[in-house]
Amino acid sequence: MRRRPLNHKIMFEPVILSLKVATIATIIAFIFGVFFAYLLTKKNIPGKNIWETILILPMILPPSIVGYLLLKVFGRRGPIGAFLLDTFGIQVVFTWIACVIAASIVALPLMYQNAKGAFQSVDKTYELAARTLGSGSFKVFRTVTFPLSGPGIVSGIVLTFARALGEFGATLMLAGNIPGKTQTIPTSIYYAVVTGKDEQANILVTIMVLFSFALVFGLNMWLKKKNYGGN
Amino acid sequence: MGLDFRIKKQLNYFELDVDVSIGNELLVIEGPSGAGKTTILNCLAGLVIPDSGHIAIDDRVLFDSEQRINIHVEKRHIGYLFQSYALFPNMTVRNNVLYGLRSKRGFRRGSSRKAMLEYADYTMETLGISHLSDKRPTHISGGEKQRVALARAMVTRPALMLLDEPFSALDENTKDMVYDEFMSFKDTLKIPTVLITHNHKETELFADKNIKLKEGRIIQK
Repeated sequence: MRRRPLNHKIMFEPVILSLKVATIATIIAFIFGVFFAYLLTKKNIPGKNIWETILILPMILPPSIVGYLLLKVFGRRGPIGAFLLDTFGIQVVFTWIACVIAASIVALPLMYQNAKGAFQSVDKTYELAARTLGSGSFKVFRTVTFPLSGPGIVSGIVLTFARALGEFGATLMLAGNIPGKTQTIPTSIYYAVVTGKDEQANILVTIMVLFSFALVFGLNMWLKKKNYGGN
Repeated sequence: MGLDFRIKKQLNYFELDVDVSIGNELLVIEGPSGAGKTTILNCLAGLVIPDSGHIAIDDRVLFDSEQRINIHVEKRHIGYLFQSYALFPNMTVRNNVLYGLRSKRGFRRGSSRKAMLEYADYTMETLGISHLSDKRPTHISGGEKQRVALARAMVTRPALMLLDEPFSALDENTKDMVYDEFMSFKDTLKIPTVLITHNHKETELFADKNIKLKEGRIIQK
């Protein structure tokens, strides 16, 4: 049987889209993850346990369920989907925005958990010292807690990015698998395997494995180097 | 003029109950671990709220349970030297010392920013830590850390200085040298200062006034 030549456009479009989606999703998950971690560890918010459970839920639930729930919310007849469509003419479902939403929601718990752990591990005495020196609670967070949480935050960013890059189930439900439009690396690999394009699958799998390896390896090297030590 | 405090606070095994007045002098509170010494400092700093009582510096009321006054810690204008010194490891020595000046409170005594920075340099020079400016706290010795922490607490010109076992983290050889330095430093403070220790030698060396504390009560004045 003659091998069909690889279509490079079809090969690399998912890579570019995945990188774009994972980068934007990481930024969104970072902003919300750090914000909620700050709120729930440093402020007295009523119903803390409920908020925390909601934030962790996307990590516990099967991605298909998360995707289904997102479809109900962002679909044409969903509360947010209908609002966006009627008010701004923006359709979310089956667009690259849906990929970003799915990846952000699924990766958010990782960012939140890492940020929370990092904030809690900062020695309270530093925060008390900053307060006696005239800083309000937000300035203490900005100048002391957050910078001292650096390694935990960076771990969170890297893991969030890796999770967003690998997101499959919720993306498939909300964004579908449209080549050149919503096809990311994981959905492209799935599509290549079911249609017998093993070579394409092999190349994309190699890209994913090498990239993920480099990310985690780089993170471990950085964490080893970065050590503030005790006071 | 000076510091007046009357503090009642229920702790795990006893009730802390103290009533003390001092002028611009150094009060040493001596007592064993768990006697309530650090709780007194934390109440004065505003880090712990007493069950009842009254705390005032030079007629400025910081806490009064009857009048329901409780000034927040960041507005109390106190210098607090923590037992571990709590120098921010993410900042250089100079940025640690300047930290208090970078809040609005640091300029509230009408000084210009330039004057404040000059005062910070002067304080660092007086305490002999100018050469450490660009170092991180993790790269300096215990005695140096203590001086940096003192400089950081002093540059905001606090109305009250609180020292929580400031010598306990030092080894015996360093201690004698630092005691000497502290003797001359103490005379420059000229504000009410409270030092807590469980080392009687420190009481003898530094105290203008002293009290002994046991299970939350003053057993000797």
